[in-house]
Amino acid sequence: MLSPANTPAGMKAEPLVSLENVGIRRGGRWLVRGVDFSVSRGEIVTLIGPNGSGKSTSAKAAIGVLKPDEGRVTRIASLKVGYVPQKLAVDWTLPLSVRRLMTLTGPLPEADITAALEASGMAHMLDAQVQHLSGGEFQRALMARAIARKPDLLVLDEPVQGVDFAGEIALYELIKSIRNTTGCGILLISHDLHVVMAETDTVICLNGHVCCRGTPQAVSQSPEYVRLFGSRAAPTLAVYSHHHDHTHLPDGRVLHEDGSVTDHCHPEDGHHHDHGHAHSHAHAEAHAHAQADGDHHHGHAHAEAHAHTHTHSQSGAQSTASSGEDRHA
Amino acid sequence: MLDDFFVRAILAGVGLALTTGPLGCFIIWRRMAYFGDTIASALLGVALSLLFELNLTLAVFVVAAVVSILLLFLQKRQALSADALLGILSHATLAIGLVMVAFMTWVRIDLIAFLFGDILAVSTTDIALIWGGGIFVLAAIAWLWRPLLAATVNPELAEAEGLQPERARLFFMLLMAVVIAIAMKIVGIMLITSLLIIPAATARRFSSTPELMAVLASLIGAVAVVGGLFGSLTYDTPSGPSIVVAALILFILSLLPAWRGRRDLQGQGS
Repeated sequence: MLSPANTPAGMKAEPLVSLENVGIRRGGRWLVRGVDFSVSRGEIVTLIGPNGSGKSTSAKAAIGVLKPDEGRVTRIASLKVGYVPQKLAVDWTLPLSVRRLMTLTGPLPEADITAALEASGMAHMLDAQVQHLSGGEFQRALMARAIARKPDLLVLDEPVQGVDFAGEIALYELIKSIRNTTGCGILLISHDLHVVMAETDTVICLNGHVCCRGTPQAVSQSPEYVRLFGSRAAPTLAVYSHHHDHTHLPDGRVLHEDGSVTDHCHPEDGHHHDHGHAHSHAHAEAHAHAQADGDHHHGHAHAEAHAHTHTHSQSGAQSTASSGEDRHA
Repeated sequence: MLDDFFVRAILAGVGLALTTGPLGCFIIWRRMAYFGDTIASALLGVALSLLFELNLTLAVFVVAAVVSILLLFLQKRQALSADALLGILSHATLAIGLVMVAFMTWVRIDLIAFLFGDILAVSTTDIALIWGGGIFVLAAIAWLWRPLLAATVNPELAEAEGLQPERARLFFMLLMAVVIAIAMKIVGIMLITSLLIIPAATARRFSSTPELMAVLASLIGAVAVVGGLFGSLTYDTPSGPSIVVAALILFILSLLPAWRGRRDLQGQGS
């Protein structure tokens, strides 16, 4: 179920970037700990998780903006990154057109600029000031800027924020075509716990650590999913959802589903693995996206794809689960 | 020609304005309007130079550089906003400087001279220093332009895509210290700060790219210097404040609705 242009398994020898048991600490608190994942050429990895679960932090560690306090981040030599940050506000005092935005971090051939803007549907806005763009247009311009660089690794932090539902599908289509035409690796952070791209090779759910990982294809292509939502919805949106069995309290401790409280949720603590954690991640629930009103939480049906299981790592160190191992036919 | 004090004043002022234009743009874009004041309140540098009999320009540069590095360090810890930190550092260095001067009973400092300078008293050496330093600073800004601009939009973006925003920022602060050390004795704190902020703010209205804004800020500053000096000659007003008033008049003119219309046309049509 790989996309046609995806690289064969044999070429995945060296990941573009890989994180091993990475932890980042700020102000005496672990933002994330025990994070393991890798992104290879032609692979789309999606990070999901609730607010403050360390999605952006993990992505920043992957591209070297944050230095890990423990664990290791390995990048291939001279990795070219295209980055779309989560928050980017251009001050009104800075006159910046879309054209100028494109060459912000390095000079580019005119043809590449035009091609990237056309791919993202922003060619007509070349001379517009970025402050005059709508949320969706600005996201598209930022995406165009990142892909015009022809990066090895494209990191998109919540690229669909401020974009309506139709625009969201269009952006996912764009991301898919970027991967298929350029073969770059893509690390995608989704603000929505319930919706990920169907083309995602690996979904990694974070909640201060890696909760679970798996492939959405197994879900979206399961007979139940296709029957419920039709073959048109399946290729664009897939759903990968579960509930968290523990909550992070404001004081840093962790409240588990059984009511107990511990200091950490680090995989090595192991506490929550004994209580329903394995259970709740053992199935991926497929939700139909409520297309009419765009509401992710109401009006969707459930299709539990029990056939799909995860290689849920008990300890960050021993987790070597790559996307290949996680993939189920 | 250089024998004429008025020509020397124009040369010194124009040289300074051309240098401060691009620097001022970054100060505005980064919302660091207090920055000029902070570094310029290196009165501490003046006090130190008197105490240890150092070269004034060197002492002011060292104090300004230390304040810049301190600011970078404090900002990294993200305890307070840049503006709050600048306010604290600015008044702290000023106060320490004044306290030190008070202890040195054998010294009498003309505070007004450091605040407002005397552009009509510049020597040929001063002009050489301003133009030499100015060319150096502008060349460095051109070299640092891309990482500085990218980091102004988003430091993490700049870092992720292989630029070195931290290094660029440190160099930028040091360049500011150079400008202030050179110009403080010659034109005074108030004129430096004004020539940093007001021309850049004026240029915003007429600019469609950051590069154009930097060039326009330099030119507008130069026009303010020439206009202010001729005004001071005509109406017998103090030269430094006259330049600031001229810059202010240009800024107010840039706010007129007629320009606004033209700017919108530029935004859509160009």
